[in-house]
Amino acid sequence: MNGGKQKKVIPGTTLFDGDMARKGYALNKMCFSFNSADNRAEFKADPAAYCDKWGLNAEQKKAVLSLQVLDMLAAGGNAYYLAKLGGIYGLDMQDIGAQQTGVTKDEFKAKLVAAGRG
Amino acid sequence: MAKIVGGINVTHVPYIGRAIANNLQQDPYWKPFFDGFPPVRDWLAKVKPDIAVLIYNDHGLQFFLDKMPTFAVGAAAEYRNADEGWGIPTLPPYKGDEDLSWHLIDSLIEDEFDIVSCQEMLVDHAFTLPLELFWPGQHPCPVRTVPININTVQFPLPKASRCFKFGQAIGRAIESWDSDARVVVIGTGGLSHQLEGKRAGFINKEFDLMFMDKLVTDPLWVTRYTVPELVELTGTQGVELLNWLTCRGALSGDVTKVHANYHIPISNTASGLLAMQVA
Repeated sequence: MNGGKQKKVIPGTTLFDGDMARKGYALNKMCFSFNSADNRAEFKADPAAYCDKWGLNAEQKKAVLSLQVLDMLAAGGNAYYLAKLGGIYGLDMQDIGAQQTGVTKDEFKAKLVAAGRG
Repeated sequence: MAKIVGGINVTHVPYIGRAIANNLQQDPYWKPFFDGFPPVRDWLAKVKPDIAVLIYNDHGLQFFLDKMPTFAVGAAAEYRNADEGWGIPTLPPYKGDEDLSWHLIDSLIEDEFDIVSCQEMLVDHAFTLPLELFWPGQHPCPVRTVPININTVQFPLPKASRCFKFGQAIGRAIESWDSDARVVVIGTGGLSHQLEGKRAGFINKEFDLMFMDKLVTDPLWVTRYTVPELVELTGTQGVELLNWLTCRGALSGDVTKVHANYHIPISNTASGLLAMQVA
């Protein structure tokens, strides 16, 4: 794995590298399918059955059904593809950011605005 | 030979598409972002490009992890946008320029950049929104286009130094094309932002402003950083600055700043705009 090279550790951050791409392939492929409105409708009608259809493992399926973004990332999910799943639930990037950082959406938005004052 | 009139770098957040569709340009949230564009549009009206070469990264519309090219060049007569899954409007098709595409492909491979050529290529918001911002409401878009995609999704990404050299090779290709066309090079994405993980919402204003300054005067400055270091400094998606660096590489010699704008936040992103012309 990784040619024995040491990975850079960035707190709160996972680089989506080959290890993650292998681990998350089924989950990301399911999310890629959400470019189609028909597929989004099929997922919405029965999320668990749709996860099974795309071959998600138990960890991935649990993360998707509970809508826990950090768990989806740990299961190999990639932010760009997961955003398509978020879209099905009408979640924007501030909803997703707030959930991952354990704050309210308003607090998350205030943090972004504060970054502009620095 | 074709002439490069300059380069423009700009942020490509999907929700810009929704703001345009809902006419929110003067809404207090969006105004500091949209007010950056009139000077760039005035400059474009003056330098009159015929073609835009767009350097961007796809976000899972055209490319998936099944086949992930590091560098890909479009070679189609027309490029279509499509449903990206997150509810932003789908935009009408853009005209290509197959002659320039194939000249780029020939020249880049001769220059040892072994790109993937694509005779069909869907283009996502990272391609469409900059064109909407520079030529608002103009359908069809008044310039022909060539999309050049860089992988910023799956690591390892190409190194900053490699992206700069890729940009230089794009510049050489355009300037050796037997045509009287005027070409603007556009790099899209960034600046600092991170969508995922416990560090979501990360923004680094100090680095962004330094990067924008150095891109004009000393573009090799940023090549001192490895890609993981750039992620640490700018966020997992802030690394899209590689598209800006590639665009800058295409401008040979000294450049001058035409106009710049920087505003935090648009969605979770530090938005940047930088237009440059060759001195």
